[in-house]
Amino acid sequence: MAKIYSKKGLASKDLKPKKEVVSFLLSYSQALKIVKTENKNFEIIAN
Amino acid sequence: MADLHIPDALLVKNYVEGNENALATLIKRHESKIYGFIYSKIADRDISNDIFQDTFIKVIKTLKSNSYNEEGKFLPWVMRISHNLIVDHFRKTKKMPMYRETEEFSIFSIMSDDSLTIEGKMIVDQVEVDLKKIIEELPEDQKEVLVMRMYQDMSFKEISELTGVSINTALGRMRYALMNLRKIIDKHQIILTN
Repeated sequence: MAKIYSKKGLASKDLKPKKEVVSFLLSYSQALKIVKTENKNFEIIAN
Repeated sequence: MADLHIPDALLVKNYVEGNENALATLIKRHESKIYGFIYSKIADRDISNDIFQDTFIKVIKTLKSNSYNEEGKFLPWVMRISHNLIVDHFRKTKKMPMYRETEEFSIFSIMSDDSLTIEGKMIVDQVEVDLKKIIEELPEDQKEVLVMRMYQDMSFKEISELTGVSINTALGRMRYALMNLRKIIDKHQIILTN
């Protein structure tokens, strides 16, 4: 049988970020409000 | 399951309009690809998680400030952000090696002058002159393509447009030009090295 010499890429595994990271992002998104003025953006993060 | 049929562009639009669930769907849909891409470059789970998080913080900020204008190309856009963050990470962590001169170790053992000697320069000049002479021996159509490609650094597309032939013909002429050059070099046993 033919040998495969190419290395198996790291990306081929089904990798996922931590649940905590995704959960943080969703909470961050819910808390974040961006108010646009003429030439400035204000970021407001609700507690 | 219904979420699978909603295109990214529509989810982005819904998210910008205030539907937070749309972001959850987008993350769920692409998390594996994006995280896998980051991990393939970083090979460290924790740092990959950090970069994944920073990527989406940028995504969220851009979308919430209505600065996103690449409708329909959500994934490549996010991948580009993560790619830039990966580059930043490597820039930050790149350490310059430092060497100190000691009795056992001389700095000159790892330093060298790569520039050519006078003799080396003369040989290179001679090789270039010889090569130009050989190129002059080629048929006109092959010579034209070779000169444009090697000396004028033109792409085959540009060459084909300028000479009025197809790209494949230009490629073919280049191939024959190189084959003929080799033949001439072999025939006259010319040494083109320094």
